[in-house]
Amino acid sequence: MNEMQNIYLAIPLLPLIAAAVVGLFGRFLPRAAAHVLTIAGVGAAFVLSALVFKDVLAGHTFNGPVYTWLTSGNTSFEVGFQIDSLSAMMMVVVTFVSLMVHVYTIGYMHEDPGYSRFFSYISLFTFSMLMLVMSNNFMQLFFGWEAVGLVSYLLIGFWYTRPTAIYANLKAFLVNRVGDFGFLLGIGMVLYTMGSLDYQAVFSVAPQFADATVELIPGHPWQLMTVICLLLFVGAMGKSAQVPLHVWLPDSMEGPTPISALIHAATMVTAGIFMVARMSPLYELSTTALSTVMVIGAITALFMGFLGIIQNDIKRVVAYSTLSQLGYMTVALGASAYSVAIFHLMTHAFFKALLFLGAGSVIMGMHHDQDIRNMGGLRKYMPITWLTSLVGSLALIGTPFLSGFYSKDSIIEAAELSTIPGSGFAYFAVLAGVFVTAFYSFRMYFMVFHGEERFGKAHHHEHHGDHADEEATTDHHHGLAPGQKPHESPWVVTLPLVMLAIPSLIIGYVAIEPMLYGGFFNGVIFVNPEVHPAMHHLAHHFHGAAEMGLHAFTSLPLLLAASGVALSYFFTMKRPDIPEAIKHRFHGIYVILENKYGFDSFNEKVFAGGSRWIGDKLWRYGDVQIIDGTLVNGTARLIGRLSGIIRNLQSGLIYHYAFAMIIGAFVLLTFFMKA
Amino acid sequence: MDYPILSYSIWVPILAGVLVLATGNDKNANVSRWLALFGSIASFLVTLPLWTRFDRNDGGFQLQEGANWIPAFNIHYHLGVDGIAMPLILLTSFTTVIVVLAAWEVIQKKVAQYMAAFLIMSGLMIGVFSALDGILFYMFWEAMLIPMFIVIGVWGGPNRVYATIKFFLYTLLGSLLMLIAFIYLYHQTNSFELVDYYELQLPMTAQLLIFGAFFMAFAVKIPMWPVHTWLPDAHVEAPTGGSVVLAAIMLKLGGYGFLRFAMPIAPDAANYLSGFMIALSLIAVVYIALVALVQQDMKKLIAYSSISHMGFVTLGMFIFNPLGMEGAMVQMISHGFVSGALFLSVGVLYDRMHSRQIKDYGGVVNTMPTFTALAVLFAMANAGLPGTSGFVGEFMVILGALQANFWFAVFAATTLIFGAAYTLWMVKRVYFGDIGNQHVAELKDINKREMLILGVLALMVLGFGIYPQPLTEVTHATVNQLLTHMAQSKLPGM
Repeated sequence: MNEMQNIYLAIPLLPLIAAAVVGLFGRFLPRAAAHVLTIAGVGAAFVLSALVFKDVLAGHTFNGPVYTWLTSGNTSFEVGFQIDSLSAMMMVVVTFVSLMVHVYTIGYMHEDPGYSRFFSYISLFTFSMLMLVMSNNFMQLFFGWEAVGLVSYLLIGFWYTRPTAIYANLKAFLVNRVGDFGFLLGIGMVLYTMGSLDYQAVFSVAPQFADATVELIPGHPWQLMTVICLLLFVGAMGKSAQVPLHVWLPDSMEGPTPISALIHAATMVTAGIFMVARMSPLYELSTTALSTVMVIGAITALFMGFLGIIQNDIKRVVAYSTLSQLGYMTVALGASAYSVAIFHLMTHAFFKALLFLGAGSVIMGMHHDQDIRNMGGLRKYMPITWLTSLVGSLALIGTPFLSGFYSKDSIIEAAELSTIPGSGFAYFAVLAGVFVTAFYSFRMYFMVFHGEERFGKAHHHEHHGDHADEEATTDHHHGLAPGQKPHESPWVVTLPLVMLAIPSLIIGYVAIEPMLYGGFFNGVIFVNPEVHPAMHHLAHHFHGAAEMGLHAFTSLPLLLAASGVALSYFFTMKRPDIPEAIKHRFHGIYVILENKYGFDSFNEKVFAGGSRWIGDKLWRYGDVQIIDGTLVNGTARLIGRLSGIIRNLQSGLIYHYAFAMIIGAFVLLTFFMKA
Repeated sequence: MDYPILSYSIWVPILAGVLVLATGNDKNANVSRWLALFGSIASFLVTLPLWTRFDRNDGGFQLQEGANWIPAFNIHYHLGVDGIAMPLILLTSFTTVIVVLAAWEVIQKKVAQYMAAFLIMSGLMIGVFSALDGILFYMFWEAMLIPMFIVIGVWGGPNRVYATIKFFLYTLLGSLLMLIAFIYLYHQTNSFELVDYYELQLPMTAQLLIFGAFFMAFAVKIPMWPVHTWLPDAHVEAPTGGSVVLAAIMLKLGGYGFLRFAMPIAPDAANYLSGFMIALSLIAVVYIALVALVQQDMKKLIAYSSISHMGFVTLGMFIFNPLGMEGAMVQMISHGFVSGALFLSVGVLYDRMHSRQIKDYGGVVNTMPTFTALAVLFAMANAGLPGTSGFVGEFMVILGALQANFWFAVFAATTLIFGAAYTLWMVKRVYFGDIGNQHVAELKDINKREMLILGVLALMVLGFGIYPQPLTEVTHATVNQLLTHMAQSKLPGM
């Protein structure tokens, strides 16, 4: 067993060491050293994770400390690992996608002056994410939680000379901090009420607190578990970009595309989903919390999908699709179908990373033009990118037998079978979301890969918002010059696409039965079937992956998806005038979508502006005027005036002074003797 | 290796300072520099055995030294340290080395005097942390201010006289009240021994008055809202070294004073007034953070940030649980490194650009990438990122505060948002973006000396962030003892 423990330790440390070496000494090393070292680190971590996964399947789990971080009073904070089916699966997914992104980056960033810095950051991210998923306690979870936030901050602002990038990274960090604010309070409540931050210790005593109440506002007893779960969920809302803390994710597209794939689609943003699934023994104790989770997820799934419809920036379409899919996972959590949420997390990691990397390949082929209105017909020039993107899109919209179908359909069924308040709305939202997803995904697909070749002409530069072109610092091109044709990307870019396309195709079919119904998460994810029966019923309806795929052809979701694809085909390929007409006819709705429901301007005005306004007033009136102006300088002036009078006492005669001193001493002493 | 460590810790830097002073004028400035460096390193080395020889299971005073000083008034030269004082002494001697190095080629006028001031100040501050006699403490307390006034008054900015006088007036009132409290306590016990005061039973009125007197002395130093306005002015006018010592050590003297005097001598008053102290602390955390958000001057911003962070120290102390109190200790030590590093970073920029205004910068990363990497690390530590020392104290205090009252923790935890907002907004405007102007374009990245200073601090910040256990280990016993002591009423007849 000791050998395995060394492996556990090596998995996060190898990427960390690679990141540190490349980050500190990258300048002194040849350029290739950056990717060789980091790929070696992450590659080894992936192989070891696969070994651990195999070991876990064989029934060997582990839970133990690495070192004691801190002790205070009776509380001990430890750094430790919990290796079970959930963490082992996450480790494999994280290291695999990370490895693919590392390879891809060789091609994508090869001209960038920040080459080694970029590799250092993504390896550091891999370390942080591994620490998060491998943790056996809340403290380390919080460490990983914030550390991935840090790397996300560094990578969104990777091109630090761009005003939009450094605006976006500050925004991302602060919005995440709002989530962490709730998260930390939740952790504090756990420690205070249950006396430990160790997962197993907390989970084992949690049932005793099922009926406990807490009066945060005197006279209003609230269920303790609801309070804890909601506070923790605020953290998940930040990290996993749920409404209303979703605002940072679309802007995070300012970062280079490889990290949009790794961090802002496949791994980091799923941390919130992972966390809630990990905390299932707590969430199961509060139906109120689960209802809230479900409704928030449903709102995110549907309303963020709408925004994807009107985007013309290839990365933003995929970003809104990510938001919407995160909403799906959250709905599954709310329905107590934690394993389904994790299942969708896994399939989504593959096909969304694929879609983002495919988008990046398109962007390279287009010489860093991201506007899909300038594309069209690319399938001729970029066949591998085209085919793999098609696989990704089909998986995303839930085509039977592809990975996304199994996970998404299970979510829809779970929402249907759930009985908690809000499940009706959630079912409607995820169902309608299927149509929306299919529509915007294939609108993008058709506009990019099919139809008229619109590149190489005069561009219409209507970038959304304040969005600048990629790699402005290094690449003088922007878009294709007239007559220029797009070109397929080098093999380091296409290989990861193919490698990701394979699991996007088959992983759902292979994994659904063992993961959802085969007891894979036994003892890890806890569901109370009496109160939350959705998962229980789901198991009854399931008769094998093949049957589920066949059954889909008679079901509503596939009809919705197909009509979404058909409609997008009609609008983009046949009658492109209709969307324009709709845009004019329903201008009001278009403006609302264009402004992203006004969240950004509201936050900018009320929260950012409000804080600055209050700060300014506190400073100007509180500090400068009242404390300094009136009290401090006022006292000085008063003393100045008084001393004018008292100056008369300065007679210069020693006996006057001696007399005053004696009297004064007597007064003080009598005062204190009485006291 | 058996020597009176504490006396050496106090007098080696003072003697070194006197020696540096003797090298006289700027003709042999290099002699002064090297002598000061050796002096500060020697002073740091003599304090190191404090760490190794300290008994971590003993919560009382250790390594005591005593001698009669003024027998007529029963005044003793009595030194000793416990788990609260010891880390602060090491922080002091460490910071002095940093400050001497930081001044190396920056200070060109009156080099010997500048270096000497810091060496002497270091010895006096260690005296404050180790004195166990009221009068001895008071002497060190007042004496250490003199070099600081000189440093700000001589090497300071254009408005230094106003800043010095404001600093002086603020401090003077509190100090005098503290002296009266000591005289009163002497009157009660016929002793200036601290341990006698700990045992002394006092009626509530007396406790409240004593607590009030100490409060005036220590709250100004920390500084707590609303007696904080001297600090931004002092920082803005002080030279870099002055700011570093002010932030890294002098502010801690206030926190130390509460733990050493106000709380154990007047525990009932401390309990009685804890709500008031917590309220002031939370105001500092929230109000000052908002004020920091709108500052245009980098030093002012960091000064306000310091006040906000020190709010965690007082909050942790007055919630009376081990997590809070040890968190306060960790926060003090961590803030010593982080705020020191932040002021040094501003110094690095100021030496090159002669401006502290945020608007005069922009895109520094383009010309100073190594420096920016370090500056971002310190900024993150200031924003309390896990993995840096800045996180540990805040985390502990927030968790501790929640056990006292949920809403204390809510207010305290806003620092997650506001602390990140003011720090990273400054980082964005100063370091990121396109090159702001011609002067930024001509900046040179940090040299080896600056790299060494900031690098060492970076290691400390990361080290204590990843493994804070050694730090809390030394404070455990003392904090437990203090909390036990605080829980017992000292009202007569109880």
